[in-house]
Amino acid sequence: MPLNNELLTALHSQRIELGPAAKATEAGPWQHWRLVWADSSGNEQGSGEKSLPGNGSVVWLVLDRADASVNSLNEAVLEELDSIVEQLEQTPPSLLVLRSGKASGFCVGADVGMFRGMDSAPEVSWRLKRAHAIVDRLEKLPVTKLAVLHGPCLGGGLELALACNLRIAIEGAKLGFPEVLLGLHPGLGGSFRSTDLINPITAMTLMLTGKSLSASRATAAGLVDAVTQERHVINAVAAAAAGSLQQARQSRFASLLAASLRHSGWLRARVAKRMLAATGKKVSRRHYPAPFALIGLWQQHGGNRTAMQAGEIESFASLVTSATGQNLIRIFFLREALKQGSGSTDRIDPIRHVHVVGAGTMGGDIAAWCAFSGLRVSLSDTDPTMLANAVGRAAALCRRRHRSRAQNRDILDRLIPDCTGDGIAGADLIIEAVPEAIDIKNAVYRDIQARMKPGALLATNTSSIPLETLRAEIRDPGRFVGLHFFNPVSSMQLVELVSHDQVGTAALDRARVFINDIDRLSVPVRSSPGFLVNRVLTPYLLEAMLLLDEGVAAATLDRVAMDFGMPMGPVELADRVGLDICLAVADTLEEQLAGAMPAVPSWIREKVKNGETGRKAGRGFYSWRENGDPVKGDAAEPPAGTADRLLLPLLNTCVTCLREGIVTDEDTLDAAMIFGTGFAPFTGGPLHYARSRGPADILAALETLAQSQGDRFRADPGWQDLQAVSPR
Amino acid sequence: MYLVDGARTPFLKAAGKPGPFTPVDLALQCGRPLLLRQPFPASAFDRVILGCVNVIAEEMNPARIAALRLGMGMAMPAWTVQINCGSGMLAIDQGFRAIGEGGIDLVLAGGAEALSHAPLLFRQSAVNWFAAFNSARNLPQRLKLLGQVRPGFFNPVIGLLRGLTDPVVDLNMGQTAELLGYLLDISRESADDYAVNSHQRLARAQDGGFLDDEVVPAFAASGELFSRDNGVRRDSSREKLAGLRPVFEKPWGKVTAGNSSQVSDGASWVILASEKAVEKYRLQPLARIVDSAWSALDPSVMGLGPVLSITELLRRRGDTDLSAVDLWEINEAFAAQVLACLKAWQSDDFCKTVLGLDRPLGGIASDRLNIDGGAIALGHPVGASGNRIVLHLARSLKRLGLKRGVASQCVGGGQGGAMLLEAV
Repeated sequence: MPLNNELLTALHSQRIELGPAAKATEAGPWQHWRLVWADSSGNEQGSGEKSLPGNGSVVWLVLDRADASVNSLNEAVLEELDSIVEQLEQTPPSLLVLRSGKASGFCVGADVGMFRGMDSAPEVSWRLKRAHAIVDRLEKLPVTKLAVLHGPCLGGGLELALACNLRIAIEGAKLGFPEVLLGLHPGLGGSFRSTDLINPITAMTLMLTGKSLSASRATAAGLVDAVTQERHVINAVAAAAAGSLQQARQSRFASLLAASLRHSGWLRARVAKRMLAATGKKVSRRHYPAPFALIGLWQQHGGNRTAMQAGEIESFASLVTSATGQNLIRIFFLREALKQGSGSTDRIDPIRHVHVVGAGTMGGDIAAWCAFSGLRVSLSDTDPTMLANAVGRAAALCRRRHRSRAQNRDILDRLIPDCTGDGIAGADLIIEAVPEAIDIKNAVYRDIQARMKPGALLATNTSSIPLETLRAEIRDPGRFVGLHFFNPVSSMQLVELVSHDQVGTAALDRARVFINDIDRLSVPVRSSPGFLVNRVLTPYLLEAMLLLDEGVAAATLDRVAMDFGMPMGPVELADRVGLDICLAVADTLEEQLAGAMPAVPSWIREKVKNGETGRKAGRGFYSWRENGDPVKGDAAEPPAGTADRLLLPLLNTCVTCLREGIVTDEDTLDAAMIFGTGFAPFTGGPLHYARSRGPADILAALETLAQSQGDRFRADPGWQDLQAVSPR
Repeated sequence: MYLVDGARTPFLKAAGKPGPFTPVDLALQCGRPLLLRQPFPASAFDRVILGCVNVIAEEMNPARIAALRLGMGMAMPAWTVQINCGSGMLAIDQGFRAIGEGGIDLVLAGGAEALSHAPLLFRQSAVNWFAAFNSARNLPQRLKLLGQVRPGFFNPVIGLLRGLTDPVVDLNMGQTAELLGYLLDISRESADDYAVNSHQRLARAQDGGFLDDEVVPAFAASGELFSRDNGVRRDSSREKLAGLRPVFEKPWGKVTAGNSSQVSDGASWVILASEKAVEKYRLQPLARIVDSAWSALDPSVMGLGPVLSITELLRRRGDTDLSAVDLWEINEAFAAQVLACLKAWQSDDFCKTVLGLDRPLGGIASDRLNIDGGAIALGHPVGASGNRIVLHLARSLKRLGLKRGVASQCVGGGQGGAMLLEAV
């Protein structure tokens, strides 16, 4: 747990071994690349076109984008590469070393911004063909090409590395193809180069899951030929120049399997069938066509490079121009926007020590997540058993995330159970996570305020009490914010950052930076009943309860929602959240919003009273197996219009929240619903969906439902504004 | 030189398999809450000293590992000290003397021991066989060696038993207690009575909340909570103890598992501060450390160590009677051993010939000695015990409003250590 490590920083300061390119004064006319020749002794010999290399010379080609702190690929970068390769064709060295000049890593892939708004598949495929030609030209350059990879080496970055003969990974490197997460698949030769180089099944798994490999796992997979540390790069390059660095060999079995898969269409069809089945279990082809397209591509053309290259280009062009592709790309940018937030992060004192009061499920898991993310955390509770449970859950989190033993130990060391609340005095941020009762919270605030240090931030994790009510007891309301985490904390990416009428912007900025630091996404919301996510979800869940009341089967309802693209149906969601919690939220909203919500059916209250509170009790709407899965019956054909009955209350409430200014804009709302509830991402979010379907159509549907079902379907006046303003 | 605060883990009875905590884990469990409640940052310390006897292979220099894991900063010098059963007190003594020399203002001094983690060892004969097998060059040689495997190779030596046996006089610690009981005529009954008392006192202290600030709960990664010393037997009685058989010298010995200290895991820390640090951070000391003394004697009667070191402490001050001290902690390695110490001070002959005194130093009233129980009820994690008794003495002086106290322990190998505290 290094706290003050200035010494190592002073000595090391993230040095990257660039051979002669580190000191070269002249490195060619390129903006994004540096090209420097070394003689056999490794010294700079000259650069650019003027140099006249001799035999046995090594050339260092350094990717260092002029206009960014992170390397990514775009057309300018590739066109420059083309001119470099052209030059090298004339005066070939014996070894080309390709590496990044950025401390941040090798290359994160294509510049996603490039794909935004692309709508013509023929144009995309024409541009891709040009990009492929450049990478092919690099690959054909008749010299040994060694890629030295550190940090992220993803997507297009990895595809560039695959065009080299040899790859060395620096410890800590991450290699992978994340394209599928954007609704795409590799588009710069990754599909055929990876299945050519390594076991095609491993390669396909990488591309289908989007998961990245550590340096050592990448070596095991054969994706790189050696793993080493920065300090040995020079010797590794010398070994490559001397010809003693060999390509990693596959085991005899693996290469036999790979060869069979390349040559036998029958065998590929068998394997592809299993891949399709496994993928189909996770996502539907209708919503996410990319992985299915990739499997088809490989099944059809695996082993035939030319055909696969042409197929990859066509398929990528059609995916990236599809609605799903464009929506997921939009979400990528929404996420980036949430990370950056508004306002500057300069001169914000980061939170180093968090104190959490209350070791229940939320408090304990928030504390564990903060410790997991590298912060020092003290967690207090009057009941040490609760603290012990929280530590147990934190240890389980570490085991699930497969950290090393040393990392697990450090995480648990950072999480300090605190029976007496002594941690409050030293904390930069104190998060209150005690039961939702005003007098309990007020008592806790009195204790905290008597002990907290000046300048520290005080936050509440309340999900239902308005901050205007809570701040009555707060001496310095300017430093009081809401941090609404969702359960389970370790997998829910969203945190609602709740403001109120007296909060200071400095406090909000500091809280936002904190949420970023623990790798969560913050959505600023104004204090109001249920804030955003619960406010929007409750009418959706209640409508599901009413439909249950009308005799529609739970499994049928869930199927309808999942067919729309939700990660799980409303009935299962209610069971997982806990019926008692849903009920409490619904009651609070009912009370605070005075009649805008449908009444909760009384038999649900009975259920909660009988202890059938959902998954945690083993029984709710479903009965739950030991392994945490629900026992679901078969879904039947739903009554006509069921999807709209579920969805429209949600959309209608989104519009209400927007109109009331609970969130600032449509994009933020869409992002919050996607990252907070898993709302069908490929639709681009609820409001984006409403816009593409057409507000007029939705208004008409609401009108019909209002007549048959009653006022809860009364269209929010905000729809008029939505109709009036065209999307950005 | 002040002792300003301190905390320890509950002492956890070893259950025949490795417990949930290593020595450094234990040091962390009590160190984190202790540091959290200080008004100064953990990096303000100048030094960390930790007593630990059975250092496990993964934790060479446990003091330094503990300092780093406690977040005290990369720049924190830390070392481990070992004088067997006195290690935790030696850590305090070194800190006390370092502050006295000047230039150092805050020391974290502790003791940690996880006896349940003591290793199983291969016999020397097995180790030799492994070495020969590894250097065998060909198959016939290996086959020949395989024929030499003996069942005894797989019969491990319990490291703890080795550690508790004095190699010079070839007696285990229990045997030295048997010897003392014989030499000073301590009856089985009085030893058992003493043990029952120890359990009752600890139970009373737990119920009365006397240990509340001293003992902080330990939290295992399994989610298990350890909030109290778990060796205490509230139902202990003279009759029950009388039924136990001797463990060290069968069948006629007097030392049983019931009147010996328990094998336990535990850790304890105290914070030592100079006058300057006390003023700077406005600390409220528990006690002042006045002096310390270490003595040595024949290992076969190591249990009399406290008699020598305490007498030396008093002699330096010119005290001629044990009544000059208000409160006592003498570590309960064995009931017979504590009783033997008390008896030695009352013996004309022993005081004259061994201690060179004109007249005996006198007795210690039962209500002034180990008032909240001791290692018989609590357990004796060897490296931690010396630290615990100093910490508990400081807290007890404060709780009872008494002036002067001495903590002392016998040390396997034939030594004794004692420390004199005064209330502030």
